[in-house]
Amino acid sequence: MAGLTKKTSAFDDENLSGRSQKLFFEVTEEENFTYYGNHEVDFNKRTSIDCEGITAHELNQKIRDSISKGYGSIVIKNPGAKHSLGVGILNKLNLIFEGSLGYFGIGCIDGPTVRINGRVGWSCAENMMSGKVVVENNAGSCFGAALRGGDLIVKGDAGARTGIDMKGGTILIGGNAGAYTGFMMQRGRIIVCGNVNANMGDSMYDGIIFVGGEPHSLGTDCVQGEMNEHEIRWLEQKIKNAEIDCKVPASKFKKYVAGRMLWNYDNLEPAEKKGILG
Amino acid sequence: MCGIAGVINKKKTVNVGEQMRLMLQGIKHRGPDSTGYAMYGKPKKDGFILRFKVSENAAEKVNVKPEDPELLKDRKKQIDTIMKQHGAKITKQSSSTPYAFRYEFTYKSDNLEELAKAIETVEKAEILSIGKGLELIKDLGDATTVGEQYGLNKFMGTHGIGHTRMATESDVDIKSAHPYWAFPYQDVAVVHNGQLTNYWGNRRVLERSGYRFNSNCDSEIIAVYIADKMAKGIKLEQAMHDSLDELDGVFTYIVSTKDQLGMAKDHMAAKPMVIYESKDVVACASEEVAIRNIFPHEIKTYDPYEAEVKVWQA
Repeated sequence: MAGLTKKTSAFDDENLSGRSQKLFFEVTEEENFTYYGNHEVDFNKRTSIDCEGITAHELNQKIRDSISKGYGSIVIKNPGAKHSLGVGILNKLNLIFEGSLGYFGIGCIDGPTVRINGRVGWSCAENMMSGKVVVENNAGSCFGAALRGGDLIVKGDAGARTGIDMKGGTILIGGNAGAYTGFMMQRGRIIVCGNVNANMGDSMYDGIIFVGGEPHSLGTDCVQGEMNEHEIRWLEQKIKNAEIDCKVPASKFKKYVAGRMLWNYDNLEPAEKKGILG
Repeated sequence: MCGIAGVINKKKTVNVGEQMRLMLQGIKHRGPDSTGYAMYGKPKKDGFILRFKVSENAAEKVNVKPEDPELLKDRKKQIDTIMKQHGAKITKQSSSTPYAFRYEFTYKSDNLEELAKAIETVEKAEILSIGKGLELIKDLGDATTVGEQYGLNKFMGTHGIGHTRMATESDVDIKSAHPYWAFPYQDVAVVHNGQLTNYWGNRRVLERSGYRFNSNCDSEIIAVYIADKMAKGIKLEQAMHDSLDELDGVFTYIVSTKDQLGMAKDHMAAKPMVIYESKDVVACASEEVAIRNIFPHEIKTYDPYEAEVKVWQA
């Protein structure tokens, strides 16, 4: 292709016989650190988009157009529980939805602060990299699936398989969570102020689940751990920042972690896992 | 992936045909192959409503050959004769297609099993529903196509359930389309989203007990299962609770009777369901967009959890 010079791929000399310590980016190449289409926005520059009568694709394009014009605060009116709204936003942004989202809402985002004045359907904020999402109502199943970073907050209840396969970040649930919460989670933290249904933390590799109420039952590989002072303070702060009215004090929360180390999962063993394994 | 929906208006008769059409059109993307409605009008004091078909819809791209119209007329005549022989008096009849018919008739007793079995001895005849209030309509195409074909936009009633089907387990034809009537129980219908993995085992057991299966669709077993439980005197809600353990697989289904609407979700919570409850009306569907087609304003909805069973009264 014209105009492109051949570069050495980051994977070319990767050592496959163990955990790679390879740096994936050339520090001197600035373009590697910004996404294509990333724009400087002004949070005081506001606009609103009406979702009535337009498709998710058109809405997402309108959001991108507004970002490119420097708008930093965007209000979406009448989202009407449509699917796939607000996906793939890789920018700093204040995004407010004046209503409920359908399935796959705000998936694959990196950076924005999102407030949803309604409910979200299945697979909200899937694969989110960073940013903050606040859902005022309930959430469907697979909430924060494969989450990699950022804060994901729901003030009501969340459905089954919350935080399935998550690899980082924090999920905070003001109410109860469904079955298989934290299923196969690999990193990150889940905080549930209420109760959790059956098979919590089934097949979890790593990460921590904090529960204010009671888990109905624990899945395979999930065991109870001991809270330390640092974690209690962290929990207090997180719940307070999320403006959640939690009836259970942070010190009364229970902590659950992975009870088994999987073969060659990681060279770095977290301190809490060591404690469990003795 | 199929789409299911149900709506129940408490102590009120409304245009439930249009409500169901709007909801099902909203989840058309979940299943484009066929659409089915089971709707409940004001129960008839004397007499029954019978919906049946005598052939398949030979639409384009479907593996069904069109049959001679004379053959269909002959089958209808045979059914008329059988009904007459059994003492059923047809008071009104109509048809929207050459293969599907609606009869109103009176009969000597409330036990319609014998009559239903006799009607189904006619080649390719299948009863879609019999009941005092239930009318079950299913055909190929989306909700609007089927709704307009059968004139459902003016159907007044209290509640209804519906289904948009994506054929995964059996053919694209009317007999594999939902809803299923719980043969031979009056006014019981079921729609299902999911896959049942112990279908053949359960089917053999129920067939040995004398139940008939018209299709190879796994969802049909839910209707037969519920009918079997109710025949044993078990209440609908309890039968649904039992089904969570006895039916294996991933499923969410909606079942309706002459004055009730119920939903059940499996232990894995693998199939979606969104519920909106208010003082006057309860609506449930696979996706909130379906409910929002009849309630455009912001509403508070929730997902039922795993192994949850709910029943609402009309």
